[in-house]
Amino acid sequence: MTAFICTRFAQSILVLFIMSLLVFGGVNLVGDPVEMLINPEADQAEVERVIRELGLDRPVTEQYWYFLVNAFKGDLGSSFIFGEPALKLIIQRMPATLELALFSLFISLIIAIPLGIYAGYKPDSRVSKVIMASSILGFSMPTFWVGIIFIMIFAVQLGWLPSTGRGEIGTFMGINSSLFTLNGLSHVFLPALNLALFKISSVIRLTRAGTREIILQDYITFARSKGISEKRIVLIHVLKNILIPIVTVVGLEFGSLIAFSTVTETVFAWPGMGKLIIDSIYNLDRPVIVAYLMIIVTFFVFLNLIVDILYTFLDPRVRIKGDHQ
Amino acid sequence: MSPKLRKFLEFCKDFSSNKVALVAFLIFLLILFVAIFAPLVSPTDPYDLNTVSIMNSRLPPFTEDFSGNYFLLGTDGAGRDMVSAIFYGLRVSLGVGVLSGIFALIIGSFFGISAAFFGGRYESLIMRIVDIQLSFPSILVALIILAAFGKGIEKTIIALILVQWAYYARTARSSALVEINKEYVDAARCLAFGNTRIMFKHILPNCMAPLIVVGTLQTAHAISLEATLSFLGLGLPITEPSLGLLIGNGFEYMYSGDFWISIFPGVALLITVASINLVGDHLRDMFNPRLH
Repeated sequence: MTAFICTRFAQSILVLFIMSLLVFGGVNLVGDPVEMLINPEADQAEVERVIRELGLDRPVTEQYWYFLVNAFKGDLGSSFIFGEPALKLIIQRMPATLELALFSLFISLIIAIPLGIYAGYKPDSRVSKVIMASSILGFSMPTFWVGIIFIMIFAVQLGWLPSTGRGEIGTFMGINSSLFTLNGLSHVFLPALNLALFKISSVIRLTRAGTREIILQDYITFARSKGISEKRIVLIHVLKNILIPIVTVVGLEFGSLIAFSTVTETVFAWPGMGKLIIDSIYNLDRPVIVAYLMIIVTFFVFLNLIVDILYTFLDPRVRIKGDHQ
Repeated sequence: MSPKLRKFLEFCKDFSSNKVALVAFLIFLLILFVAIFAPLVSPTDPYDLNTVSIMNSRLPPFTEDFSGNYFLLGTDGAGRDMVSAIFYGLRVSLGVGVLSGIFALIIGSFFGISAAFFGGRYESLIMRIVDIQLSFPSILVALIILAAFGKGIEKTIIALILVQWAYYARTARSSALVEINKEYVDAARCLAFGNTRIMFKHILPNCMAPLIVVGTLQTAHAISLEATLSFLGLGLPITEPSLGLLIGNGFEYMYSGDFWISIFPGVALLITVASINLVGDHLRDMFNPRLH
């Protein structure tokens, strides 16, 4: 058990190290930020001064070493554009991304679980077939294009909902979020629904498969023979048992919602981390690109480490295999 | 009738039993035809500066210009015919998707089959890399590559190969593990055939069915991902206008109500991806022994 956790931990560190090498190496081979940052009319002395200031005159290996040392101190460099620490910029935008991801997770569960249970409960009905066909369509629709259509219909044509920005921000129990004001909610609704679309399709499939399995179990037959109403069977017995696998998978996929929010944030001009990274790539703002990629990779590596460790508690087979390695 | 032909006809009959999948397949063939012969079937060459007139910019669908050119789906901001632009865009999108799929299939099945064949440390190393890679969402892997190395057609293809190979490797390994214990592999070993020959001439053909299923679904995914990346401005350059780039170009005209510039390329993308997905879904059901 301990051996297993240690191996996995060492692997995670190795992955992070390789990623840092890849990201830093790649970013430093591309483009010339000097050209973009310095006034074209600046003289040679000024150009050299700025290059020295940014540390761009040193060898790449030395730059990488300083980057690693500073990263351990929590300093991932300062943005070329904003002049502020990259880490601070990203953390400032993190709440916007998290609230978008959380809200879209909420929307996808509210929509997908009832539809999935229905499709699994009556698999041959016409409505179920429509639900399943729409879920294939949902898989096939490119998220960004659906976002554009949402903007066209609900913002441009009907004018019901705003299409850009985060709106008014309210404070509740010390947390600032646009989920706490009506104006903020109207802003978050379209992007969250857009981000949720893909998740809705996959949760429908998952719920349907689970329901079809559970409905055949002995305890459901037993509940029926006791004369419990069908409504109660579905709402209590089926729903409770189906929530366990759904919560596991959805919890795991929360990370992918954050990764995919780069697309939605760009379409809806949502001021989160995702929009920041896309803007930084346009501007060749190397420290922010490197910092974002490192933060999100670290996040994923540790998310997976935690999941792996949790599985060893839940599934003894994993534990035994790990000890023999 | 040769047994091979009979088997093929049987397969066709089996496939056509699902009408939705059959229609999807025919639509996909049509799209493929349009993509391959785009220069022949397009009304105009959208990237020939002599025929494109800025005077025709942002014409709505079903309009005709003064010299009698008819624009079924309207024109974009530069006055290009949308029908032609979509045909050429399909060409780029499908080309990038299929090309990256083929490379990923080759790389993935090489590592998957060799992992199953040799086993031991080599296998655990390969499969660990596969596991780690699959724990990252596809868009994140692509974002890392393109953010770190910059955009461009080769880099987009490399990113798409990296996103996909792990799925092929995992599928190839799991079906190769089953095949390796069969008698024909023992027989081939007794005949002292080389490892390479056994792996790729004997085992690989028997692993093709699941690989093709993964291939169709992954190609659809790759096309969609490429469109997303190009829309974000990270994928293909403006010189290779894929559907994603066309949608992105139309996005800026959205607020002034010129919906057709980004809606129609999106519809083309949706039909392409959905038809491949429907075919792949049906193939998966056909090859799934549990459903028979």
